[in-house]
Amino acid sequence: MALTFDEVVTKYEPVLGLEVHVELNTESKMFCPCSTTFGAEPNTQTCPICLALPGALPTVNEKAIESTIKIGLALNCSIAAFSRFARKNYFYPDMPKNFQISQYDEPICTNGYIDVEIESDQGPKVFRIEIERVHMEEDTGKSLHVGGATGRIHGAQYSLLDYNRAGIPLVEIVTKIVPGTGKYAPQVAKAYVSELRDILRSLDVSDVRMEQGSLRCDANVSLRPIGSQILGTRSETKNVNSLRSVERAIRGEMIRHAELLNKGERIVQETRHFQEESGLTRSGRSKEQAEDYRYFPEPDLVPVAPDAQWIQTLRDGLPERPSIHRKRLQEAWAVPDKEMAAMINADVLNLVEASVALGADPTKARGWWLGEISRIANDKDVAISDLSITPGDVAEIVAFVNSGELTDKLARQVIEGVIAGEGTPAAVIAGRGIKVVNDEGALISAIEKVCAEQPETAQKIRNGHLPAAGALIGAVMKETKGQADAARVRSLLLAHLGQAE
Amino acid sequence: MARALRAGEITSVALTQAHLDRIASVDADVHAFLFVDIQGALAQAAATDAKRAAGERLSPLAGVPLALKDVMTQKGVPTTAGSKILEGWRPPYDSTVVANLRANDIVIMGKTNMDEFAMGSSTENSAFGPTHNPWDLSRIPGGSGGGSSAALAAFEAPLAIGTDTGGSIRQPAAVTGTVGVKPTYGAVSRFGLIAFSSSLDQAGPCARNVLDAALLHEAIAGYDARDSTSINAPVPQVVTAAKSGDVKGLKIGVVKELNGDGYQSGVRTRFEESLELLAKAGAEIIEVSAPNFEYALAAYYLIAPSECSSNLARFDAMRYGLRVGDSEGASAESVMKLTREAGFGREVKRRIILGTYALSSGYYDAYYGSAQKVRTLITQDFDKAFQKCDVMVSPTCPTTAFTIGEKSDDPIAMYLNDIATIPVNMAGIGGMSLPAGLAPEDGLPVGFQIMAPAMADERMYLVGAALEAALLTKWGAPLLSKIPELSGR
Repeated sequence: MALTFDEVVTKYEPVLGLEVHVELNTESKMFCPCSTTFGAEPNTQTCPICLALPGALPTVNEKAIESTIKIGLALNCSIAAFSRFARKNYFYPDMPKNFQISQYDEPICTNGYIDVEIESDQGPKVFRIEIERVHMEEDTGKSLHVGGATGRIHGAQYSLLDYNRAGIPLVEIVTKIVPGTGKYAPQVAKAYVSELRDILRSLDVSDVRMEQGSLRCDANVSLRPIGSQILGTRSETKNVNSLRSVERAIRGEMIRHAELLNKGERIVQETRHFQEESGLTRSGRSKEQAEDYRYFPEPDLVPVAPDAQWIQTLRDGLPERPSIHRKRLQEAWAVPDKEMAAMINADVLNLVEASVALGADPTKARGWWLGEISRIANDKDVAISDLSITPGDVAEIVAFVNSGELTDKLARQVIEGVIAGEGTPAAVIAGRGIKVVNDEGALISAIEKVCAEQPETAQKIRNGHLPAAGALIGAVMKETKGQADAARVRSLLLAHLGQAE
Repeated sequence: MARALRAGEITSVALTQAHLDRIASVDADVHAFLFVDIQGALAQAAATDAKRAAGERLSPLAGVPLALKDVMTQKGVPTTAGSKILEGWRPPYDSTVVANLRANDIVIMGKTNMDEFAMGSSTENSAFGPTHNPWDLSRIPGGSGGGSSAALAAFEAPLAIGTDTGGSIRQPAAVTGTVGVKPTYGAVSRFGLIAFSSSLDQAGPCARNVLDAALLHEAIAGYDARDSTSINAPVPQVVTAAKSGDVKGLKIGVVKELNGDGYQSGVRTRFEESLELLAKAGAEIIEVSAPNFEYALAAYYLIAPSECSSNLARFDAMRYGLRVGDSEGASAESVMKLTREAGFGREVKRRIILGTYALSSGYYDAYYGSAQKVRTLITQDFDKAFQKCDVMVSPTCPTTAFTIGEKSDDPIAMYLNDIATIPVNMAGIGGMSLPAGLAPEDGLPVGFQIMAPAMADERMYLVGAALEAALLTKWGAPLLSKIPELSGR
């Protein structure tokens, strides 16, 4: 018997735990000088160190340590004066050393928190998410399993290995358990990942592209009867590649758990894989028998002992917290809540801000980014930030509209041209020969032509029936290929037919 | 040799060729080398001669040939670490030690035999057959670096590189009548040293006298940004110390626990004699105690296998080396298993299993954790002792060279051979072994060990040079002049 979400939360309390892996945007890998550029030919970004050739030794990327400390500070963590790397030992073909250098009992950042806000039934509500630890580790290579139905290792005929990703710096951010979110659990989880993503972006430490895997979320959830203090068995959902999926995965797992518990069955402790199409999870690796990773301190690396002065310098250099920054922008721009939320959801806030910084009017900049440009991004099914239009282009277009050199309609053509790669707005205008028709003679002859073609409509207007003007204005605009200013056409048309507003 | 090269009395090519000829003549009996790079060595020698002819300023050892332990990567030259699993592998990069040797124009003649992955004290664990001690071919040359020391004793090379994890430089030096130095941990870069136990491994110089060892020490030591554990400080003035040999007023601490029971009588005789000579040279001999040394061996055999179980995980047939069972439809997992089964020898497997167990959850604290505590206690023993003395001394090994096969079925007896050398690695300090003479009962070489505090490696050379000079006066000729002539073929 399928349960509804409301039925689940009237009986059970969810407990969340979120693990987020972030690929840092350092130029070189965590322990060797290889490049980290995404999408290169397989195995071209490798060296004796990240291929684990005999004799090769790791050295720590200092920039990665700096980024991790910045993350820790932004999440209100304590920064350890002394922390160590550890080896996590297990065999897997895409892990060259057959151990991963990670951090175990001595992570670099511990005990932090962030507050996230969600929209509850009673208005905005804040939840504090406590951070257990932030630690550094290295990514593995990638296996491509060829043959077999599932693309997974079982049933594959052979596997190809790409070690370009092996050794990319990863930061893992682990929350403490998060109880007390009740029916808002899915929203809180989403808001947390979203807030985290904003913070990481503001720190400029990662590309935070969930779809490219530079930010990955593992969502742990368990249920317990309301009022119980004992934790239930959790499942860990991987492969959650978007904010929306975080919300869906938690919701789906809560319902799945509740159905099992209602039937008196037990929850299996396991990893599960989220499936984008169905919104359901599929069983993965069982964690009933805990794997023994034989952690021990990495003898090839000296401990990390960041200087207190350095930490202070990094603390002083932290950017404004994104949520505070947003509130400040909203006031400065006098934007209603709904519009602000729309900008955040469409991921255009920073783009609008950048356009405003380059001189655009906030309302107009917002209009273009949220309207025409978002629409094109949706049509193309790409992230808006991937379009080849910059905040500078938008500021330029706004300026052209303000000076009367472009109409709104023409501006849309220019935007389309910029996105199509035809160059800057000025280049598109020149290239496409776009200009506002201001020549009164040309407009009047177009008006005369249209009135001659539609004499009955013209007569209605002469008789004082102004609403009929729309049809003729449209015809004139068509005649001038959209390059006329509609307001001006209207006033000339009315004057021509002996009328006034 | 270096002097003759500088004076133009001989070219590096001629000197190198003479050594290559010697190798061709005697190595079938000694088996010190796994690979002889005739072309590469002669090319490097010719290049050095050309530099000298052009009047370039060269390093003191420029043009002198050397034997390299097969645990160091050298670009394009087969490197096996004594294991089948790496047979045929040619590294695409130079270790830092090799780069430093090249920078000093030291001619690398080839790769020397060793116990597989440096695990052993006799070179019997090499996958490519044992090396024989030039003093008595039926005996072991020590290990793991038996090939390097045997090459020196057999006059196949005047210089060699070894690595020392628990005594692999010093014990072979002791049983072959040569000099071997394990510098302070971090003095010589480990980049390109195929790891056995990362926190204990240290490369160092092997030679036939203290000054040569010092010159080679200065050539290979120094900070390397590619090794996180490398010491970022100037190299100690070891050559100056080796030339001085002045021990007047120096306090030499004899380690109470590394003498007496279990030490062969001839070893004790030579050791006592050396102490007398040092006292005559002006040093003050005192006794020091290191109560925790008795736990060193047990702790070592937890730490070293633990680290090796992880270090050797990379030999999985995926990227290099041996690959077994890669037939149609075989899984990566099965290829890994079959390759490791076929590629690793018994001692290596024994230590991987031991280390895997010691690191396992539930056993970690009792084994690996306790061993680390012992390590701290040993370091404290050294610290306390070094407050009373400038260097500490002991026999290098309890016995002279045993016969091949004698201890190969008794790992504990084999491990006990390193009882006096292991504490040095555990504490990360420096240790030297130099010849103290022959044991009267078997006529085989005895080693004298000098231990110095971390980053004070020059003190070993000071004391070593003093003892060497006193012994030379006593003997009238170097110990190696007494070695039986190898028949050659």
